[in-house]
Amino acid sequence: MEEIKTTTHHGRNAVLLSIIPGFGQFYNKQFLKGFIFLILGLSFGIVFKDILPVGFWGLFTLGEISKLDHSVFLLVDGIIALIITIMGLGVYAMNLNDAYRNGEKRDRGFNLNSVRQQYHNLIDNGFPYLMITPGFFLLIFVVIFPILFVALLAFTNYDLYHSPPAKLVDWVGFQNFIDIFKLDIWRTTFFAVLAWTIIWTFGATTLQVGIGIFLAILVNQKDLKGKAIIRTIMILPWAVPSFITILIFSGMFNETFGVINRDILPFFGIEGLSWMTNETWTRLALIMIQTWLGFPFIFAMTTGVLQSIPDELYEAATVDGASIFQKFFSITLPLVLFATAPIIITQYTFNFNNFNVIFLFNGGGPAIPGQNAGGTDILISWIYRLTMTSAQYGKAAAVTMILSVIVISVALWQFKRTKSFQEEDMM
Amino acid sequence: MNNKTSKIIRLTISYILILMMIFIVVYPLLWVLGSSFNPGQSLSGSKMFPDNPTLKHYQFLFDLDKSKYLLWYWNSMKISIITMVLSVIAISFTAYSFSRYRFVGRKNGLLTFLILQMIPNFAALIAIFVLANRTGLIDTHIGLILVYVGGQIPMSTWLMKGYLDTIPKELDESAKMDGAGHLRIFFQIVMPLAKPIIAVVALFSFIAPLGDFILARILLRSEDKFTLAVGLYELVAKQFGNEFTKFAAGAVLIAIPIAILFLMFQKYFVSGLTAGGTKG
Repeated sequence: MEEIKTTTHHGRNAVLLSIIPGFGQFYNKQFLKGFIFLILGLSFGIVFKDILPVGFWGLFTLGEISKLDHSVFLLVDGIIALIITIMGLGVYAMNLNDAYRNGEKRDRGFNLNSVRQQYHNLIDNGFPYLMITPGFFLLIFVVIFPILFVALLAFTNYDLYHSPPAKLVDWVGFQNFIDIFKLDIWRTTFFAVLAWTIIWTFGATTLQVGIGIFLAILVNQKDLKGKAIIRTIMILPWAVPSFITILIFSGMFNETFGVINRDILPFFGIEGLSWMTNETWTRLALIMIQTWLGFPFIFAMTTGVLQSIPDELYEAATVDGASIFQKFFSITLPLVLFATAPIIITQYTFNFNNFNVIFLFNGGGPAIPGQNAGGTDILISWIYRLTMTSAQYGKAAAVTMILSVIVISVALWQFKRTKSFQEEDMM
Repeated sequence: MNNKTSKIIRLTISYILILMMIFIVVYPLLWVLGSSFNPGQSLSGSKMFPDNPTLKHYQFLFDLDKSKYLLWYWNSMKISIITMVLSVIAISFTAYSFSRYRFVGRKNGLLTFLILQMIPNFAALIAIFVLANRTGLIDTHIGLILVYVGGQIPMSTWLMKGYLDTIPKELDESAKMDGAGHLRIFFQIVMPLAKPIIAVVALFSFIAPLGDFILARILLRSEDKFTLAVGLYELVAKQFGNEFTKFAAGAVLIAIPIAILFLMFQKYFVSGLTAGGTKG
């Protein structure tokens, strides 16, 4: 009885001692583990003792003396300090948790693992972490960090007139978002760009998916000859790097010298159209180009699905007296759509952010009076324009945040519905 | 008889539609091939079947004194290959842990990857630019490669995890019984079975840097460091139309090897994507 009463305090003692990393483990007589935590804790303290406070100071103030303090670099250092602190706190929490758990084990009178067992446990439990570490670190710096940076930048006034080192950048709260929705020029532009982004995403993607599936079914007809060569030719637009074909199209659609206005349209008795200077024609050209670029992917996927549908299914339907259309609508189409649905959805998100085709074809132009985006700019290319040509970094970051919210909500909504997400083991 | 005529009509319409489509697909490609043999410099004079074809644009591109094309080609290949190797290593490690181990943070990690793959990493291009400036990695290939590898991780990890999930776990369990360690199971049992998906991930990470324009354009500043995408864009954008035939020759030289590589591995792409896509 007395044993239990006295030992109930091992857990608490170990946690309290572990405020200095490792001491709780020493208290539990787990010297190897304690030593590792102590070394980790000490080196963290020594290495980051000076850097972290400066980092947080920078993050909060963004610098106090202009020309001396570089606000943007302070922001970068601040975020790095933040990431390091979070990782440090994670290890610290592990240290406390471990001390408590083993202390409690002693309270209940269990034997603790020997050094040898500890070593094996460390290897077994640590192995997956060890394996994801390289990818994880890279991800933190090239993906997580940029997202945090942009998220914070959206709340600053960083632009041409507030650009370091000459001037300081300041926190401005939600001002950028308020401006985008309140100031006339920003509001008109934002909604014009958003509307075109949506038309573009749905128009181009639906067209490429429709044509891809239609052609795959057409080519898959049993009595059609030359399937292999036809399929190879159909896949060519996917095989050639798209930046090249977009630049080629940009040459072909050139209003004065391009082959379309010079040869093809006159051949049909139509006069040349203003592909590059009229907003509507540019948009039409872009949708056609994206259809050309995107249908082979769907074509290839659908062909794969079609080839896996067993013939017996159709034979049974024929015996039951089904017409071609009945077979198509009740066998082929449902099977194809079911198997390719995830891929089709990623095509929509891809086109939503399809920067290359918009930028390389006509730079997002033609210019439109009364707004600060080109006539064919989608959100992502507008962000590029705001960043690279008009140096509206804060506003660009705010637009990026809005874009991310849209994409993430669509993604979550979609994946909530897919089955694989709900299966515990798959997830 | 009636059946036969309807069959002939159906096939004729199919062939006509297919021929039209083939024309639309092939025309731009043949046109650029023709342009590359045109004697003139500009877009205006170029024809699909030039009157007196010439190889002088190709000679120009291969002349190291006049053109940096070969240098860009080399840069692109170097970046793509290193990206491919690093991506395959990082991705097979991550995908394997997510597929085979149950550890704290696994579910949240997978969810994060899912969301991250939806946002292209160039959405945060200001951040990448500033970070590269801060770390001195601006205008270096290593900086660009790291960004490419990082960008590949979320999507390809899902793809590969989906495939690894289909490899029966009994295999590694029985190997464990026989005393195989973690690394041994990974390298000698699971990875050999995952070859098809490794091929897919490798090709994706090889082709993605070749097709990327925006990141290379932001990070690479000096002409000697350019990749093909940036270099060729500069070639046409500088004075549009005036250098078009040179651009055409350059485009043909990169498009043909990539297209051949692609057509060779196309089957793996399709099976890899549908396997990982429906399961993941």
